[in-house]
Amino acid sequence: MTAETTQQVPLVEMRDIRVAFGGVHAVDGVSVDLYPGEVVALVGGNGAGKTTLIKTLSGAHRADSGEIRVNGKKVTITTPRDAKALGIETLYQTLALADNVDAPSNMFLGRELMNRWGMLDDTAMEDATRKVMGRLNPKFENFKSPVNSLSGGQRQSVAIARAVHFNARILIMDEPSAALGPAETAEVAKLIMQLKEEGIGIFLISHDIHDVFDQADRIAVMLQGKLVGIVRKDEVTMDEVLAMIIIGKLPGEVTESELEDLHG
Amino acid sequence: MAEATDTIPEEEIPEEETAQQGRGSGFAAMLRATEIDTRFLGMMAALIVIWIGFHIMSGGTFLTARNLWNLSVQTSAVAIMATGMVLIIVSRNIDLSVGAVLAAVGMAMALLQAEILPNKFGLGYDHWATWIIALVLGIILGAAIGGLQGVIIAYVGVPSFIVTLGGYLVWRGVAWWEASGRTIAPMDKTFQLLGGGSRGRIGGTASWIVGIIACVAFLVVLVTGRRRRLKYGFRLRPRWAEIALGIFGCFAVLGTVYVLNRYYLAENLAKQYAEDRGIVYPPGGLHISLGLANPVLIAIGVALAMTFIATRLRFGRYVFAIGGNPEAAELAGINTRWTIVKTFILMGILVAIAAAVQVARLNAAVSGLGQGTELYVIAAAVIGGTSLLGGSGTISGAILGALVMQSLASGMVLMGVDAPIQDIVVGAVLVLAVSIDSIYQRRATT
Repeated sequence: MTAETTQQVPLVEMRDIRVAFGGVHAVDGVSVDLYPGEVVALVGGNGAGKTTLIKTLSGAHRADSGEIRVNGKKVTITTPRDAKALGIETLYQTLALADNVDAPSNMFLGRELMNRWGMLDDTAMEDATRKVMGRLNPKFENFKSPVNSLSGGQRQSVAIARAVHFNARILIMDEPSAALGPAETAEVAKLIMQLKEEGIGIFLISHDIHDVFDQADRIAVMLQGKLVGIVRKDEVTMDEVLAMIIIGKLPGEVTESELEDLHG
Repeated sequence: MAEATDTIPEEEIPEEETAQQGRGSGFAAMLRATEIDTRFLGMMAALIVIWIGFHIMSGGTFLTARNLWNLSVQTSAVAIMATGMVLIIVSRNIDLSVGAVLAAVGMAMALLQAEILPNKFGLGYDHWATWIIALVLGIILGAAIGGLQGVIIAYVGVPSFIVTLGGYLVWRGVAWWEASGRTIAPMDKTFQLLGGGSRGRIGGTASWIVGIIACVAFLVVLVTGRRRRLKYGFRLRPRWAEIALGIFGCFAVLGTVYVLNRYYLAENLAKQYAEDRGIVYPPGGLHISLGLANPVLIAIGVALAMTFIATRLRFGRYVFAIGGNPEAAELAGINTRWTIVKTFILMGILVAIAAAVQVARLNAAVSGLGQGTELYVIAAAVIGGTSLLGGSGTISGAILGALVMQSLASGMVLMGVDAPIQDIVVGAVLVLAVSIDSIYQRRATT
């Protein structure tokens, strides 16, 4: 499915995105794209600008300049609501849950189901949440307790349920496995594959180079706010990607001795 | 654990026993099955202890129909404002200006009905429309003041503590400036009814009707709630718990009406009443129930409306979500700033309603109106379980909190305790109540 992506219109095109905080260029002229059914991993060290870049797409932060196209159409995303309206859902590293309310309220936060008198329909929301959780995490049972009483994995399930329930076309996952144990990490990997097959485009931010090689189709490497390059997973080795992350050199430019030094 | 709950699959109609989840047995498990907040029960218990304590210490004058009737009226204004303060505090803000806004709005309403409308607009005194115009304009003024403070807090980004501390001074000054410190009196005859008193009440029969309607409404809520849970196959309360709740709720409502109806019109007023209607005044005296006072009815209406807003509407859900995690609320697409502004507008409206009650009850407005009230309102919300860290609090708790505060104040007046001692007790009780609550909460979560 990734072979013919060049003929398709990209799901997302981000062109020459720039974000500065004070005098610091957190994101400095980065361009990436994403095709349907594709997983593009965004990798780089701490402070490379991955999260900031992705925040301009999810509406959490405005870009100073640059252009975002969704399905070939130029769009303006200034709030998380704009992004959601375009089918862009985000799973934040912090999970972004309101700890004091229950799972259904969190899942529908900002998009509550209402009954015909304009009141919150909590029973319908709980029902929908039970159905989604039945697929994602059948062991999940605490639908009435505030999410701060749940385990890390359960909280993650709530955040994932929220991201996938609303028919996302583009999914941004910022460190989706950070808080999870091995079994749950495997579940997330399975979920990513399943969503991919449904034709959803996924931006995956991860620190784990093995995860990235397992799940991504292409890998975009950032260093100090700039894009080092985008490579196809099948065409590079892990060492070459590490070289991009650490010294910012593309596979063709990097020397044998520099690769050796990485393992120093 | 009483029953093996895990063996019952979700798809089946949940058995009633499944409600008894969690640890504990006996009475604790029974309480849990009713799904009543334990904190709420604790406050009820505290209130009962306070009442009985005062009753004994005051030589049997506290738990009398007359005192409880007065207590209900005195609690109203603080209770009305405390419901709004809950939402303010839940969203991680504070409003120190409510006492001053109460004075500014109360003074404006008083000036409208005592001077501006009768003289400048030529309506004369006690025109039928005066009270409506004064009340509506007062509410608009309250909303505008709240909105202004809210905009500075949410859009300019000044902490609410600072904005409302400024408001505390500004609106008190405005209240003085409106009438150059004069006392404005008397109020419009109809407006006075908002404050209670011997005329501002609905009488015995109507009180019973209100009580019965409340009772039926409570039962309807229980039944529809059960039906909805059944429809989706969710866990139900055991049937006995539903019945116990229904009986207890109705008993509480009708018992309150019964007690308040035992407070009768004073003898001279009863004689007047008999004379007006051409009844021969019986030798044993005429027992005419005052019934629920108007301010109490207003407070009940406000409490119901605010509970509805806080739990059944999007706005309420957003206020709680913002209090729990402001960043998450923003990322979920909630317009957090406008939501904050709305909580302050609502607070302003409630302060205006409380101002109307106060001014009507005093039958006058002075610029010192509501001095120190902000502390009582905040204390009522906090004693009622609203966390200053944001994210949690209930309207019903705040009402109980207001009742606790007012019971302490009235009880000590009844016992002839000196004012400085009263302050010491009220302050100590506030800290004690919150201390007990934090210890309890820490135990509950670990």
